[in-house]
Amino acid sequence: MRHMASSDDSAVARSAAAAPNSWGFGDGQAIPWDYAPAPEARDIVSLKERYGLFIGGREVQATGGETFVSIDPSTELPLASVAKATAADIDKAVRAARRAYRRSWGQLSGKERAKYLFRISRILQERSREFAVLESMDSGKPIKESRDVDVPLAASHFWYYAGWADKLDYAFPGRVARPLGVAAQIIPWNFPLLMLAWKIAPALAAGNTVVLKPASTTPLSALLFAEVCTQADLPPGTVNIVPGPGEVGMSLVTHADVDKVAFTGSTEIGRKIYRGVAGTDKALTLELGGKAANIVFDDAPLDQAIEGIVNGIYFNQGEVCCAGSRLLVQESIAETLIDKLKDRLATIRVGDPLDKNTDVGAINSKAQLEKITELVASGVAEGAELYQPACDLPERGYFFRPTLFTNVAMSHRIAAEEIFGPVLSVLTFRTPDEAVEKANNTPYGLSAGIWTDKGSRILDMVSKMKAGVVWANTFNRFDPTSPFGGYKESGFGREGGMHGLHAYVRLEDR
Amino acid sequence: MAARKATPSIRKATSSATPAIRKATSPAIRKVPPAIRKVPPTVAERIEVRKTYKLYIGGAFPRSESGRAYVVKGADGTILANACRASRKDLRDAVRAARAAQGAWARKTAMNRGQVLYRVAELMEGRRDQFTAEVAAAEGLTAARARTTVDRAIDRWVWYAGWADKIAQVLGSSNPVAAPYFNFTIPEPTGVVGVVAPETSSLLGLVSRLAPPLVSGNTVVLLTSESRPLPAVTLSEVLATSDVPGGVVNVLTGYRTELVPVLAGHVDVDALDTWGVPDSMRLDTELLAADDIKRVLRRPTTVAETRFDWLDDRASERPEWIAAFLEMKTVWHPIGV
Repeated sequence: MRHMASSDDSAVARSAAAAPNSWGFGDGQAIPWDYAPAPEARDIVSLKERYGLFIGGREVQATGGETFVSIDPSTELPLASVAKATAADIDKAVRAARRAYRRSWGQLSGKERAKYLFRISRILQERSREFAVLESMDSGKPIKESRDVDVPLAASHFWYYAGWADKLDYAFPGRVARPLGVAAQIIPWNFPLLMLAWKIAPALAAGNTVVLKPASTTPLSALLFAEVCTQADLPPGTVNIVPGPGEVGMSLVTHADVDKVAFTGSTEIGRKIYRGVAGTDKALTLELGGKAANIVFDDAPLDQAIEGIVNGIYFNQGEVCCAGSRLLVQESIAETLIDKLKDRLATIRVGDPLDKNTDVGAINSKAQLEKITELVASGVAEGAELYQPACDLPERGYFFRPTLFTNVAMSHRIAAEEIFGPVLSVLTFRTPDEAVEKANNTPYGLSAGIWTDKGSRILDMVSKMKAGVVWANTFNRFDPTSPFGGYKESGFGREGGMHGLHAYVRLEDR
Repeated sequence: MAARKATPSIRKATSSATPAIRKATSPAIRKVPPAIRKVPPTVAERIEVRKTYKLYIGGAFPRSESGRAYVVKGADGTILANACRASRKDLRDAVRAARAAQGAWARKTAMNRGQVLYRVAELMEGRRDQFTAEVAAAEGLTAARARTTVDRAIDRWVWYAGWADKIAQVLGSSNPVAAPYFNFTIPEPTGVVGVVAPETSSLLGLVSRLAPPLVSGNTVVLLTSESRPLPAVTLSEVLATSDVPGGVVNVLTGYRTELVPVLAGHVDVDALDTWGVPDSMRLDTELLAADDIKRVLRRPTTVAETRFDWLDDRASERPEWIAAFLEMKTVWHPIGV
């Protein structure tokens, strides 16, 4: 199963083939054993041929009847055709949301809202396998991640915020929390269902209604969620789902009857959305890009750190805004750590997202694969040293080898730009001050990692990191009770925890 | 009790030391300002020492590097003073000073920061008459109404100063994550905040906007009311003689149309309070702020700048205004051996 890639003649693939065999078996074989295929059955998902928009509690076709195809990035084969919302559909959806806000959802007491949200959480748990398989099919992420991370977290997010719906008075002492009205929400393709939960759960808990636009490459779990809303008997129009391209998102953002805009995605699009709400009274929260530093001190528990580094950058193919994409290693241990890391990389299994043994699945889209490939080529061109384990990739689908760059300078594009792929740039430092300086030397500020056995150093580094989430001796942990969001150009506002409610309320005098 | 007794004598000492102040606090405030006095003073009359109203940048009182000034008139049209017309260079200097001062200000203990800010109220109390005269002249208020406004500004400063060592407990949290991790969230100051002070409420409105970002450890570049800048300049003199380190507050007088775009577009300004931005400039200001994803605390378009009642404590004493200039930082650590 595993042998050297040789047919691909790109510079990247050549480097991979030439990479030293760190296992020391000397025959170019990365791992001296194979895994039998362990595919998760796909038949739990019954895909429809066509999906409509979900507006006012009903599935409707797009005005003008246009559709687009959502594909499985691991096979490049079409999964289903999906109605493509237009500006007219956005208007319909916002009207439906406004109507529900005025007449049904907005009139419910917190106690009643809570029960609906608990229902949704329960249904997500009941149908978790179906959601996990669909999520992996549509996004390319490994089934073990959609099964163990995305779907359970999405369900627990609804669970957590369900309990807040009738306790808002305790979240904002001295003030009365009122809903904002209609929330426009735009989510990315890297955690389609989880980002939907992060957006919808606090919005509904606070009494808002929602128009949500999923990413155009991953609309299917959102459309399956529409079924959940129906099963839960959610009042029609409370949640509306309108898949479509970016322009449709902008017409949602700029719609005059929207009270709140929440966006997760790139900083570039975040700026456009910010400009779209400029001059209005719309509330805005943005969760944007990142280029997190993962800092390893010489007293760190190295084997634990290796696992954290791997989880930090190869989790979800590195398509994570808070990925630990810059590894800062204290110089004295750099050589040892990089050797260990290369050994560990050789054991990473890349391939079929539906295989239960897969660590790194498919890149979400052709466009994203091209972006990663281009940035990796720039790293090679700028003089960084590339390492990729010798693993073969499936013949079809958008795959990319776990990649590690050494000899990286802060000025290299791979050290400055968000790659959003399984690409780690290793830099070194000598003193804690230098680590702080390098870690903060970026316009982003979403997350950071610190690895050391010394408690006082952890707390000192924590206080100096310009980042909204700091993982100490761990990385990429998420929980509905834990606020998440960025400093600087990584955006503003928090999702998760009590703080996540703030984005969806207006505080009035008692 | 002791403090209460001491106050009148302090006030008396202040007023007897500066005849100009005594004159200003009389019911007819500067009916005929000295600048346009027709009759030459007699030999026996003392000529008052007038104040030059300057900028406040990095703890120093420079004039505008541009050498420009503009005439400030009272509510009744009389000329009160020449104020500095700050340039974009002055503003950039102010941002640099604010950035340089930010780390040390944020690193002070919360209690110490609260005490330092409380002391500003103490010193404002000592200048109560001067503030009253200046607010009355600027806003066209009766002496009694001006006094109420100044008193409320002092009290409001005290209210916000007290938040310094409490806001983290109210807004921070320990989070019960569903895994063996210790997880907590703490607020940190955003950094350098540009405050465009209210245009109409020259002191009370200004204090209500300035104190919230300061109390958590932000440093501020403050654009005063354009037409009523003088009480703000006097406040900067209070700040300079208090324990607030130089650069923590930087005060600029000048034209909104000239300064606001520079402030909003400055990449080393992390957040903006745009309360005093005229409605006509609002869109452009926010478009500039979008470039580097600045946090912006906006005045709702439904609230007219001139109509807001700064004397209303419920409306103006808001922890949310402190929270607007905080970043929440969440920290995870595994529990185990």
